[in-house]
Amino acid sequence: RRQDVLTVTPWLAPIVWEGTFDPKILDSAYRPLNLTIGVTAFAVGKYTRFVRRFLESAEQHFMQGYQVNYYIFTDSPGSIVPARLQRGRRLLALPVPSFSSWQEISMRRMETISRHLARLRPAELHYLFCLDIDMVFHNPWGPETLGDMVAAIHPGYFTVPREQFPYERRSSSAAFIPEGEGDFYYGGAVFGGLVSKVYEFTKTCHMTILADKANGIMAAWQEESHLNRHFLTHKPSKLLSPEYIWDDRKPKPPEIRLVRFSTVEKNYKEIRN
Amino acid sequence: RQDVLVLTPWLAPIVWEGTFSRDILNAQYLQKNLVTGVVTFAVEKYWFFIEGFMTSANKYFLAGHQVNFYLFTDSPEKVSHLQMAPEKQLFVIPVQNGSSWQDISRCRMRMVSSHIQRQFQHQVDYLYSMDINVQLLAHVGVEIIDDLVATISSWQVTPQQDSKTHGTHPELQGDFHYTASFYGGSVAEMYKLTTACFGGLGEDRQNGIKAQGYHERHLNKYLLQHKPTRLLSPEYYWDTEL
Repeated sequence: RRQDVLTVTPWLAPIVWEGTFDPKILDSAYRPLNLTIGVTAFAVGKYTRFVRRFLESAEQHFMQGYQVNYYIFTDSPGSIVPARLQRGRRLLALPVPSFSSWQEISMRRMETISRHLARLRPAELHYLFCLDIDMVFHNPWGPETLGDMVAAIHPGYFTVPREQFPYERRSSSAAFIPEGEGDFYYGGAVFGGLVSKVYEFTKTCHMTILADKANGIMAAWQEESHLNRHFLTHKPSKLLSPEYIWDDRKPKPPEIRLVRFSTVEKNYKEIRN
Repeated sequence: RQDVLVLTPWLAPIVWEGTFSRDILNAQYLQKNLVTGVVTFAVEKYWFFIEGFMTSANKYFLAGHQVNFYLFTDSPEKVSHLQMAPEKQLFVIPVQNGSSWQDISRCRMRMVSSHIQRQFQHQVDYLYSMDINVQLLAHVGVEIIDDLVATISSWQVTPQQDSKTHGTHPELQGDFHYTASFYGGSVAEMYKLTTACFGGLGEDRQNGIKAQGYHERHLNKYLLQHKPTRLLSPEYYWDTEL
């Protein structure tokens, strides 16, 4: 067990850290359910270069032994080279338009995901994770992450006091969170849950993003701000520690015993054009 | 709380005072418009406990929230004068007495199972089974509301467990012992549980097994294979024998 970190939120949602769970117990509970777990990721413009490493590392570490559907949204489906996938796992390259700015691309993800989920057949998918493509799996990501609605604690803010969270602070935005409120700062690179919950969540975020657009405002951290607003009033049922959403540029503090999923080194200026 | 275990190895929170905010949980509960029920049995001499139980439950159980109390009893006439709190409702379900102890236990499971199907599932979202011979001494609130919830018995306050399981011991058996005095969950989960336990108790009877705490034994056997989604610490149960 872990005594150096918070492992349960005030609303009794578990916070998943290495040392808090036994993978064997969880596997024996989840494997018999014959679940299919989905992953969405967006590879638009120059971001297609990250697909191969993302998929290869996912094949090694993500939900081993479960059925997995990868949904890669891209503006150049031809550039998605099908990697060797294990049995029970498949890859779908889904076309999306290339938008003008990286912010626009980022924010359109909510709309795209919710539209896609609306079209799924009911039994096709049980759980879904929405991940950033410019990241790599380094260690196991298993059924300990499954839950009704799952959010991840942003690596840059988990030791920082609430007043310093980069929430959207302009009251004219639909993502506004006033001073003195907020539980955690969640990262936009990782979220997931039951398909029905992710659908509701992405649909709502899409609506709030549109509301802001109509008012000529863009939230401080794009859809991440909207995500944080949503999770304030609809609290996640499970939180993932920053092990699941790490930033390799940061030095690893002692609380982080295992990095499971982290950013790939890249030149932001070059890639965001 | 750093002095106690607050999370099981399968990531179910263990509810202790100081681990949760009742305000946040109340807000969530109200947001979802939920109704909770309680089943309890007062058969033969146990009618004596009804008043004490209902008085404390009226005051301390999910205060301010709508609760349906389903009281199975063979002395319905002893209940008529009870006053209920405004959001609390009492449903008296008459049962026949005269069975042996084992049969009562088995019958309890069967009765709850069939009543869930016939009635409770249409009236409540969550259902809890409580022994009639307890009196609540402090607030028991919506922190108990989850899919499958069990209470750790009073005499196992610091369960021994190691999250790094040594290969030969796959299931951490016997780590948590749950009391049959207070458990519950969603109506769907309670239906599965009572139906399964009713079947198990039938087997015991056929094999002539007569044991103390058979209700509890079957409950624990079920919960070993169907892990609770939330555990209540021994703060939520007072063993009347202690």
